[in-house]
Parts: sequence; structure tokens; C-alpha cells
Amino acid sequence: MRSITVKACSISLATTLILSAGCGPRRENITLVGSTAFQPFAEKLAEQYMAAHPEVSITIQGGGSALGIQSALSGAAQVGMADLVALPKEAAALKSLVVARDGIVVVLNPANAVQALTLEQVRGIFGGTVKNWKEVGGADHAIAVISREAGSGTRSSFEQIIGGIALTADALIQDSNGTIRETVANDAHAIGYLSHGLVNEKIKPVTVDGYACVEQDIKSGQYKLVRPVFLVYKHDVSPACSAFLEYLLSAEAQELLHTNGLIKAK
Amino acid sequence: MRLNGETVAKGVLTVVAFSALASLLLIAVFIFKEGFPFMLKVGVGDFLFASTWNPQVGQYGIYPMIVSSLYVTFGAMLIGAPLGIAGAIFMNEFLPRPLMRVIKPTIELLAGIPSVVFGFLGVMVLAPFIRTHLGGPGLSVLAASVILGVMVLPTVISISSDAIGAVPNSYREGALALGATRWQSVHMVTLKAARSGIIASVILAMGRALGETMAVIMVAGNTVRIPHAVTDPVRTLTANIALEMSNATGMAREALFATGVVLFVVIMILNAIALSAMKGRGGKR
Repeated sequence: MRSITVKACSISLATTLILSAGCGPRRENITLVGSTAFQPFAEKLAEQYMAAHPEVSITIQGGGSALGIQSALSGAAQVGMADLVALPKEAAALKSLVVARDGIVVVLNPANAVQALTLEQVRGIFGGTVKNWKEVGGADHAIAVISREAGSGTRSSFEQIIGGIALTADALIQDSNGTIRETVANDAHAIGYLSHGLVNEKIKPVTVDGYACVEQDIKSGQYKLVRPVFLVYKHDVSPACSAFLEYLLSAEAQELLHTNGLIKAK
Repeated sequence: MRLNGETVAKGVLTVVAFSALASLLLIAVFIFKEGFPFMLKVGVGDFLFASTWNPQVGQYGIYPMIVSSLYVTFGAMLIGAPLGIAGAIFMNEFLPRPLMRVIKPTIELLAGIPSVVFGFLGVMVLAPFIRTHLGGPGLSVLAASVILGVMVLPTVISISSDAIGAVPNSYREGALALGATRWQSVHMVTLKAARSGIIASVILAMGRALGETMAVIMVAGNTVRIPHAVTDPVRTLTANIALEMSNATGMAREALFATGVVLFVVIMILNAIALSAMKGRGGKR
């Protein structure tokens, strides 16, 4: 009995020593938390930045826009990422910058014949008044509406832009852009929406009111489904953190965002 | 010296045992503290029996989710319990010992497969199958029940099998000596003797099915609506908490804790029913 206790103690002591030794010289740690839509882009940028600046270590976490703002307020993270049409009131205590703009794309399964929808039709489908694909020029089959969970930044932006709908009670709910993509890719009669940068060949974007989610139509304001990506942070962030924020707005970082499907901040 | 070691061991074990109890108590107290005031604020009846869930505009009805949780759990039991009990009987009564020694650990390995893997299989294989052959969106009560039914198999099989294995051989010999066939001896003697263990296995499996979250989120579709067919999508209580926790603030967050309170109570009620059923029957033995 005794020897087991001694062994257990020495093992845990050894583990503690190894763990603390592993940290080595202190590296400045920056944490970004929030939007799952911006998360993959932030990860790419952080990787690039860390390669050039080995003295900082940047952690990117998802969790949603609301969590991003909350974490920045509470100090759990230096920077919150939020992709909303407008920041909520509680974010007024924080500084914010727009790092990019992100188009929201309405997507269908590639097997679906429908290529274009009007904003009115999109509103009808997600509001539950349009229930069959034949009403919008497709096959005679019920529409499977797929949406994000309540509180998601993408969902609240989407609903605000298409104009104050109450999402149909029949909608399937998925909790990330990735699972929306998989569900639409798997169901020939599904319709969903997701961040423009995450569209791939397994799903098909449709035009809304005749405009596709491409840069020129976004910049001219003709493609309506666009929201800014905010970074929120406290007024007294560390110098390393503000250097990283500066990097995010640099030409190099903006170019990287652009090639990955986001719209530049300016 | 030895006596001293005994005392120390006893003390340490007591503390460990009570820490488990204490953490259970802490969890219960915490959930109730966070969720219960909310239920009073909204009104217990409105919270439990209204069917519109839209926390953004202050509608907090979780009735569809309670119903859905029960449907999915009972669906899982309908699939998992007969299969599992039959499997346990087969392994103990009809399979040669050496083979059983290989098969039982293999089935127990099934319990070690992460639930997200089951969910993934459900999304990739089961949901498309249901969609093409039975209609609906595929993500449904049926998909969730089948996945959960398979997930609870190791629990049902290994506990039932232990219970059946614990029935003394003299019982079987007696039955056979009286001229009973193999099957008669199994269902009239062995199963009766092992009944309480088998019921316990189903209760544990039910708890697992009710509490499972990840696999259910992936295959159930998460629509807040009372299902009218097995191909309708549903959202369970656990899925509701996990889906919205990261984005919820203020009242919406309290509503999720209150959902946790309901889940807690539902599990307690189920366990109480199951326990009393077990006692009522076990008495006759």
C-alpha cells in the first residue's frame, strides 16, 4: 500500500516537472476566440505570423461570435472574433476593427437543377412559406431547409440581411459551417447557407437576385449577403498582440485572406 | 506498522468514496442553482409544456425536446434491448466456451468506440439510406434510435451476460433432467433467475441513450418540433444544451441550465420507475 502511494506521488511529481520544463523560455501567448466561420482563416494567418515571429504563440479557438465577444470582455482571450452585421451593445466597452468582409452564400446540392433564387424566394424558403422545389423552378420534392443554431453569428447575419424572418420550424439545425456543408452535400433536396470561404466542389452556390457572391458584386453592393468580420479587444492589449492585429491588416495578410475567399477589409 | 497502513488506506478510500458523492451533489446543486430560478421566472408550466423554442425572442418551450428525448431513448431500447439480451443468451447458452472468451471482449471493445464515430457512420451511411428508402430528410428519430441502439449494445450484452453466467449450473441441469428442451430451460429457468441483472443492464443502457449527445446531434437533425413519424427530425434535451451553449448569453444561457434540470429530473424518474420494476419482480425469486 505504502509503496504504491510513494510511486504514485513520484510519478505525479515527475509529470509536473516535465510539464513545467517543457514550457522553456516564456513565449508571449495571444488567444483569439470566436466565430467558427473566420476560425480557419485566423489559423492560417496565425501560422504564417508565428513562422516569422517565433517569440509569440497564437492560439485560435472557435465557439461562436457571442463567445468571442464574451471572452474579450472577460479577458479570457485577448481578441474576440465576431462576424455580425453589427456588434451588440455589450461590445461598446471594447475596441474593434474590421479585419475582412465575408459573403454568405446560399448553397444547394449539385444535383439540384435550381441555379438562381431571388431574395424574396430565399426569404420564403427559410421562412417556411415556400416548401417545394417546384415553386422556385426545381423538381417536385419537399425542400430540406438547413440552418445554424440560435445565436450563431452567421445565422443572425443571414436572417437580418434577408429581412427579419422567423426561421421555419421544419428546419434542420447544424452547429457549424462544416456540418452545414456536409449535410447539403449529402442531401439532394437540401438548401443551406454558409461562409463564402468554405464553399467547395461538393456543394453548389446559387445567385441571389441574379448576383453571385463574387468580389465585384459585393463591392458594388449588388450582392446583399455580406457581413463584416470584427475583431474586438480591450484598450490595453499587449504590444505583441497589437503587432499581430497590425499584421492582420497588412497587405500581405489581406492578400492571403483574399486568395482564400474573403473580401479585403478596405 | 501494518495497522497504521490499514488505517491510512481506510481513510484515503473513505475520502475518495465521498469525493465521488460530493461531486455528484455539487453538480446537482450547481445545475439547480443556475436553472431553477429561470424556470420560476418563465413559469414551470410554460417552460415544460410550450412548444416554441426561440430564446432570441424570449420563447422558451422545451416540450418538443422532452418528447423527442423520450422517443429516441425508447426507440434505442426497442432496438438495443432485444438484440443485446438475445446476444447475451446466445453467448452464454449456445456458444462453446472458448469462442465466448473471444467474442465477449470483442463486444466490450465496442463500448470504447467514440460516439462521434458512431455519429459519423450515421451521417454517412444510415441517414442517406433512410432518406432514399423511407423518405424525409434522413436525419431522424429512426436514425438516432438505430445509432443509439447499437451504441448501448455492449452495456446490455456484457451486464446481461454476467447475470446469465451467474445462474448456477444446477438450475439448468435440473430443468434438463425434468425433460425441458434447451430453449425451455433458457427462457423458463435461466432468464427468470437472471432477470434482475438483465433489467439492470437495460436501465443502464437507457441512461446512456438518454444522455448521449454527440452522436445524436449528428444524426437527429435537431429540429425543435414534435415528431409525427419516425422519419421526422428531432432535437433532444442533451442536443439542445450542446448546440446552443457556446452562443448563449443571459436568459438563453439560464434556459439551457434549466434544460439540464429537466434532463436531470427525467433521468431520476426513469431510474425510479426502473428500480421499482426491478424490486417488484425480483421479490418473487
